This record gives sequence, structure tokens and C-alpha cells, in this order.
Amino acid sequence: MKNFIDILFGKKNIKRTISFAIVILAYVIITVLTNTIRVSRLFSSILVPVCCYIVLALSLNLCVGFSGELSLGHAGFMAVGGFTAIVVSGILSYSIPNTIIRLLIAIIAGGLVSGLFGLVISIPVLKLSGDYLAIVTLAFGQIIKSIINNVYLGYDAQGIHFSFVTNTIELAEGGRMLLLGPMGSVDVEKISSFTAGFILILFVLFVIYTLIGSKNGRAITAARDNRIAAESIGINITKTKTLAFVVSAVLAGMGGALYALNNTSLQPSKFDFNTSISILVYVVFGGLGNITGTIIATSILYVLPELLRSLQDYRMLIYSVVLIAIMLITNNTYLGQVIQKVKLIFMKKGDSHE
Amino acid sequence: MSFLSYLLSGLGLGSVYAIVAIGYTMVYGIAKMLNFAHGDIIMVGGYVAFYAFVRFGIPAWISIILSVVVCTILGVTIEKLAYKPLRKASSLSVLITAIGVSYFLENGAQLLFGTDTKIFPSLITEGSLKLFDGQLIISYLNIITIVCCLLIMALLTIFINKTKIGKAMRACAEDKDAAKLMGINVDSTISFTFAIGSGLAAVAAILLCSTYPSLSPTLGSMPGIKAFTAAVFGGIGSIPGALLGGLLLGIIETFTKAYISTQLSDAIVFAVLIIVLLIKPTGLLGKKENVKV
Amino acid sequence: MKKLLVVLLSIFCVFSLVGCGGSSNEEGTGDVESDVITIKLGCSGPLTGDAAVYGKAVENAAKLAVQEINDSDSKIKFDFKMEDDEADTEKAATAYSALYDWGMQVSLFTVTSGSGANVATLYDEDKIFALTPSGSSTALVYTDTTNYKGNFQMCFTDPNQGVASADYMKDKFADKKIAVIYKNDDVYSAGVYEKFDSQSKANGLNVVYVGSFTDDTSTDFSSQIQGAKDAGADLVYLPIYYQPASIILKQASDKDYAPIYFGIDGMDGILTLENFDTSLAEGVYLLTPFAADATDDATVHFVNAFENAYGEEPNQFAADAYDCVYAIKQALDNIGLDNIDPDNLYDAMIEQFTTMTFDGITGTSVTWAENGEVSKAPKAVVINNGVYVSAD
Repeated sequence: MKNFIDILFGKKNIKRTISFAIVILAYVIITVLTNTIRVSRLFSSILVPVCCYIVLALSLNLCVGFSGELSLGHAGFMAVGGFTAIVVSGILSYSIPNTIIRLLIAIIAGGLVSGLFGLVISIPVLKLSGDYLAIVTLAFGQIIKSIINNVYLGYDAQGIHFSFVTNTIELAEGGRMLLLGPMGSVDVEKISSFTAGFILILFVLFVIYTLIGSKNGRAITAARDNRIAAESIGINITKTKTLAFVVSAVLAGMGGALYALNNTSLQPSKFDFNTSISILVYVVFGGLGNITGTIIATSILYVLPELLRSLQDYRMLIYSVVLIAIMLITNNTYLGQVIQKVKLIFMKKGDSHE
Repeated sequence: MSFLSYLLSGLGLGSVYAIVAIGYTMVYGIAKMLNFAHGDIIMVGGYVAFYAFVRFGIPAWISIILSVVVCTILGVTIEKLAYKPLRKASSLSVLITAIGVSYFLENGAQLLFGTDTKIFPSLITEGSLKLFDGQLIISYLNIITIVCCLLIMALLTIFINKTKIGKAMRACAEDKDAAKLMGINVDSTISFTFAIGSGLAAVAAILLCSTYPSLSPTLGSMPGIKAFTAAVFGGIGSIPGALLGGLLLGIIETFTKAYISTQLSDAIVFAVLIIVLLIKPTGLLGKKENVKV
Repeated sequence: MKKLLVVLLSIFCVFSLVGCGGSSNEEGTGDVESDVITIKLGCSGPLTGDAAVYGKAVENAAKLAVQEINDSDSKIKFDFKMEDDEADTEKAATAYSALYDWGMQVSLFTVTSGSGANVATLYDEDKIFALTPSGSSTALVYTDTTNYKGNFQMCFTDPNQGVASADYMKDKFADKKIAVIYKNDDVYSAGVYEKFDSQSKANGLNVVYVGSFTDDTSTDFSSQIQGAKDAGADLVYLPIYYQPASIILKQASDKDYAPIYFGIDGMDGILTLENFDTSLAEGVYLLTPFAADATDDATVHFVNAFENAYGEEPNQFAADAYDCVYAIKQALDNIGLDNIDPDNLYDAMIEQFTTMTFDGITGTSVTWAENGEVSKAPKAVVINNGVYVSAD
């Protein structure tokens, strides 16, 4: 408990406080808005997906930003978590009618199964480095998608029925198909909510801050910054990298679970390379290793295409231009120098922490 | 006999991957960036050739040259506008910019050329070679693709090893700062690399679209990913590696579909890739870089 | 700089999103002036991305129909709006929300099945009548547990086509060895194949080879073709769209392999591909409700108008969308100008659609079942000298 309070309000941890404050403030404002004035349907319908992508971007930032391993297959973990959650929720719908408890169990299950995948995958992945590591994560993302695409799973009074590649399942009366191979899942009960998403984000923030503030977390960043130096002071590189990778997978699975249970219907083809890439875009735009930045960047970049709807066919074209422009502006060395100077002037006047 | 037939289709597919992968790997070797927009330059090349030949009735060989010229200019322009300002930025920023460029080209093409699929004309040759009483059929296109692929690799290898600009490219790949000190114009060398890579993309476009004649704005994304995979498979930065990686990827894909399962071919192809990378962690022909303390 | 940009952008985002909420749904009650009613007709479909070709076809045809109706002396006018859903389940929900905010009263649902399945419940909950031109999965109109009362289809369903294909083959090609090539990550193709698979077993068809492909492997089909050839198949069943089918036809012809091809309604459109060598499609069987080469007045009028407006031949997505708009207009006409009550449109539309008969370009004497399925029977045609000829 003391640890928790320290994380929330500790004086040393200005950045953490800001992250939590922003998330809580946003939640309060949005909840007040939705309950007082009539907000647009578009606004309320993007709340849960935004939460999911924030969770995914945060988990990827742990992998790419803190651990320094470029992963191009994060959508794979999202898919594992998502479809696990759909199956768990589908099976439990008979015994646990309470959606909140069911959602909680489904998210935990999604996280655990995804973490298990993460652990298995980390063994080959972390033997490699750089672009070779990236391509192996890409490969795993494709493999996971391809496998889920061939899984048929049904549930009836006799229990769970499973078949692979071809659907040979014959269910008894009252049974339900939960996974239908390429057709994915249909008729999924929507049990995710914005509040659940908010709590999940808080949980993810807590996990990430606890991890990076711990001894293991310092080992993770040390291994990223200088592998040899880290090894020389006795850090077990494989262990620390595996830890970061698995935690990242667990969190991504949880985000995927929340995501899946916000849809009535979901297909494995959703979790393709493009989805992995868009999560990566959020992370890079928010700043590697920058938690608050990731949250804000995800929100903006997710909302942007929706705001551009009035542009009709030019929507995605403008989005791509904005994306390029943002990267060019934020990486402009000249502008960077100007900002640095402005910052220095302010630093002298005030007692800014930065 | 069907084994040989599968092998040849695999080689055909593989050589298309290989040509795209060579473009990828060259740019990576020198600019140290994954140019995800490379596949979309292929798409543009395909459309240019299509419009020139079908809509404006320009002779085939001029259409091909036109396509190469347009792609080269496009590649250099993209490099100047989007990548050059980021030369000092982190590699991930450049990666995201490349993705932005890729989105831009895809959506631009959709507005410009329309969303409907167009059938690419046979610019090169039709017909096929029949062996063993027609039991083994090899299309001329298949042969041309493989020959083109080997030819391009040979020419590039000679170019890089023998010419002055080729040497400058190698120097830049090795160490940009040192190359600058030696009086090499790093910026123009990188631009030149983009020009070659994009020109090759146009050649790949002609071969790809002639073999699989369906032209759409998102045509480039899939071969782009496959070629990236092939380039890494062979050892990124290595031109013979890209060729080998592309060919092997094509053969593995075809054989998996033929002898194991079409439903699971994606999974199996990538599983093979992972196994190979575990045995050879820097790709088939990649250089092992020693980490300096 | 980055932070400043971020703060500005986020403020902008929040304001514009919340802002559009204030005025939402207020004006969507229908313009009642000078005896004319304007109905807000919405639709979501892919306008960007891989599947944009289908979304654009629907958009163009629906706009054409709306234009014709608005230019005529009809008392019922339409205000049409199409939102982009990128053929993505998640974006379908936001596209739906955007349409809802705009005040959509009647909908053309979604263009693709995957997106439609995800918003079917939303239409049901909000009681907005929806008629999809091309979302052929049954999940759009009913599931094992629920029947979405106001969700209807203009195209025939995937299971229907799978069964119809197998039944037709039983009648005509019972002695043939059959190969199947389908797309294994596509709701439509996999849905048709699954039903075909079970029905072909029931019908005792001799299926000798089954191959599939996905988005990532949709360039090269030589393995599948060689597989079908080696298995001695003399009929290749292609429950896929016409773009990959065109490559299969080309590659097979390069390999001197000339089986009978049998496609479903997704094959419709193969003759409209620009620069396609139509001789490759000679003798191809397909199931279709619509033929762009048909000679009846309505079809000729539609095809000409479409070509004039957009410079390309309409495909079956366009034809279905065109029919959807006219079917909705007919239902509204039947309800009667005086009886159209924007608050009660849902029930009135359902009543019309379950009782009325519609004559369109994709079928005559079309009726709808309670569950939302259309009565059109998949009809087999064969391509003969570049035109569709009845295959019966």
C-alpha cells in the first residue's frame, strides 16, 4: 500500500503523478460530460477502443522503449488475449451472469494466456537482436494470426469441443460455436466498458511504473543502453529481457481481451501486420520510454481519422500527410535548438523539474 | 514431374521477391532504414506502365523505360522531402515516416487511379515452353524473371565493387562520418542509392505485374512485407543474401502449399524463417557485427 | 515543441468531438415542407484500403439512384451519406456512430459482412431499419439466439450460395472430379465454402482437392492450380471474388490447364475488369442475380446511367445497392407520404419489407422473409462469347 501511495504521490516521481493525474482527470471529465450534456455517439463509441490501444501502446512501449527490442508482431498478443477472452466469457456466460466479474476473469485469462505465448516466443526471439529480432516478432504475429484462423471451438453441455483446419464439431442442443476459424467469433456479448478500460489503464500504469522503478526495471534499461556494461556488473540479460517481454505480452493480452469483448463480431484477420504497425506508430509518436506521451499520442492519432471523416475520400491521405509532417516537425533539429533555448530561459526563471 | 513444376513456380515467385528485396536491402545497407514505402513504389511503377501502354498506347519498351524513370524520380523526391530531414533522427522515427509515405502513396493512388482492379498487359512475352510431352510447362515469363533477377544481381555487384560511386556507397554503408572525411558526398550517395532502389522497384513492378496481372492500389504492401522478410532472411544489407533469401522464400512458400497445407502455409513459412534465423542469427549471408565496447 | 503540438492537438480533438454532440440527432426528423419528405439514408463501407472497390461501387450506385429519385417528381427524397469503415469491424462501429450522429433514419447497412456482423446489434438496439446490398453473412440478419428484426439483405446469403452451388453441381456435374480454391481469411469465402463442404458430402460429390489462400498469399496460385491439376480435377469451384479469380484463370491457362470453372456471385464483375482478356473467362459458370449485359430495359438504363456517370461498368455490388435504394423508396411509397412518421419508421418499414414484392435489376418478384433473408434464388449462368447465358 505504501508503495502504491508512493507511486501516486511520491515527490520524486513527478512524471508518474502526471501520468496518473492525466488519466484520472480525463476519465472524470469524460464521465461528467457523458452524464451531463449529450455527447455525440461517435465520441462515446471510440472511448473503449482508445483505452484498448492505450494499453497496447503502453505495453509495446515497455518492449520497444524500455527494453529496446523492436517488436512488429504485437497484434499477435492482442489476438491471443482477445480470442481467449471471447472463449472464456462465452463459456462462463452460462455460470456467471454478472458481466463485471466475467469481464475481470476474461481479461485476466487473456493476459495469462498471452503471457504464456510471450514466454514461449521470448526464447527464440531474445537470442536475436535488431532487425532480426523485429522480423521474428513479425513472423510470430503472422503465425499466431494464421493459427487462430484455423481454430474451431465450440461449447455445449458436454464441455469444450475443438478442431483444427476443418470444422468437424457437432454440438449438442444448446451449444454454441465460439471460434469459427476465418469467420472468427460472432454474436459475442459486449461486456467491455469505458470504466473497465480506465481501470485497466491505471493497472497497466501501476505495473509499468512499479517495474521500471524496481531493481529489475533498472536492469532492463541498463541492458538496453549498454548490454556489455550491464553484463559486466552481473545483470542477467536474458532474464531481464524475458521479464520485460513477458510483462509486455501479458499487458497486450489484457488490452486485447478488453478490445475483443467490445465487439459483437471479430475476425482473426483484424490482427494483421497493419494493426501491429499502427500500435508502433502510437508508441514512436508518443516517445520511446515516455508513458504520458504514449497515452496522449494514442488518443490523438486514434481520434484524428475520425475527425477527418468530413473529408470523405481524402481522409486517409490527409492522415498520412499529418503523420509525415508530425515526424518531420518533431525531429527538426533547428526547431529543437530553439525550443532548447526557450526551455533554458524558463529554467533559469522558474524551478521547473525538467 | 510436378515436383519440378513446383520448383519452377517457386523460383519464379522467389525471383520477384528477390528483386524487391534487393531494393530493400540496398537502401537498408546504406541509409540504415527500413523503407516500408518500397512496395508502394512498385505499385506506382505498375500503374505508370499500365497507363502508358493501355491508355495511351505507348510501345511496350518505352512504357517500361517510362515506368523506371517515374519511379526513380519518385524515389529521389520522397528521399529528399521525407527522409533527408530525418537523417539524424532515430531509426524508428524514419520507420514511421516511411509508413506515412506508404499510406500516402496507397491512398493517393486510390484517388488518382481509382479503386477498381485493372489487368496488367503482357508487356513482355506470352506463351510457354513445353517439355516432356507437355508434362512440364514453363512460361517464358518465368524464365525471363529468373534471368532478370540474376542479371540485376550481377550488374549491381559489379557496380558496387568496381565503380567509384559504388565504392562511395560501400564507404557510406561502413561508416558515414569516415566517408565524409574522405571527401565523399554522403547525401548525394544516399540519394543515388534511392534512385537505384526505386528504379529496380519499377523493374520488379513490370515482372511482378506481368506474372500476376492484377493491379490495385494496395498491390505493393504484400510483396513489400515478403521482400522485407526475404531481405532479413538472407542477411539484411547483403545483395546476394537478398537474392538467396527471396528465392528460398518463394520455394518454401510454394512447397509448403504443395506438399503440406495451403491453410497453414503462412504459419509454416514463417516458422521455417524463425528456425533458420535461430541457426544463423544474422541471416543466411549476413555479416556478424562485433559489438565494440 | 512536441509537447505544445500535443497539447494543442488534444484540445482540438476533444472540442471537435464533444462539439458535434450538441446538435446531433436534432435535425434528423425529416424535412416536412411542401409535401416532400426527405429521408436521411446512410451507409458504411470501405472507401479506403484493400476492399475500397466494393465500397466505392455501392457508394456510386446508391448516389446514382438517389440522384434519379431526387430529380424525379417523387415526393420522397433522399439525403444520402456514406461513411468509410475500411472493411474493419472496429471502424464499422465508429462509422455507424457518425451516421447516427448525422441523424440517419434508414440505412444501407454495411457493404462487407465482417463489419456488418459487428454493427447488427447496434441497428437492432437503435431501431434503425437497415438493408444491406452485399453483406451476405447470415450474422447480419440473425444469429443462433436472436433475429435482428429490422436488418434485411438484398443479396443472397453465404450458406445459400454454398448449398445452391453443391446442388447445381449434383444436377449437372455429378460425375466430375471437383477441386475447390477458397480464401481462408475472408468471412464471405470461408462461409460459402463451409456450407458447400457439408452439402457436397451430402450430395455425394467427388471433391478431390481443396486449396486455400489468404491476403498474404493472394498473388501466386500456381501451387493450388498444380495441386488441382495433379488431382485430376475437371471442375474447379472458386467461391472467391473476381480479382484473385482472374489471376487463377490466367495462371491455369499458362499451365495449359482448362477445367470447367464454377464461381459464385463474387465472380460477377470479372468481365468488367479493365484490360481483362475475356476469352479466359469463356465457359465459366457463376451464380448471379444480376448481369450487366442483360437486355431488359431497367438493366440497360442502369448500366448506361452508371457508365455515363462514372466511366466504368457497374458490378453486382453496384446493382444491389441501386436496387436497395429503390426497394426502400418503394416501401416508403407504400407507407404513403401522409403516414410516414419519422419516429415510427422502423416498424412501418419492417411491415412493408415482410409483405411487399419488389422488381429490381437483380431479380423480379423479390420478397423478404421474417428473418431478413431475400427470396432471390441463386441462378447459374455461363459466360458465352463474353456474355452471360442462362446455364439451365
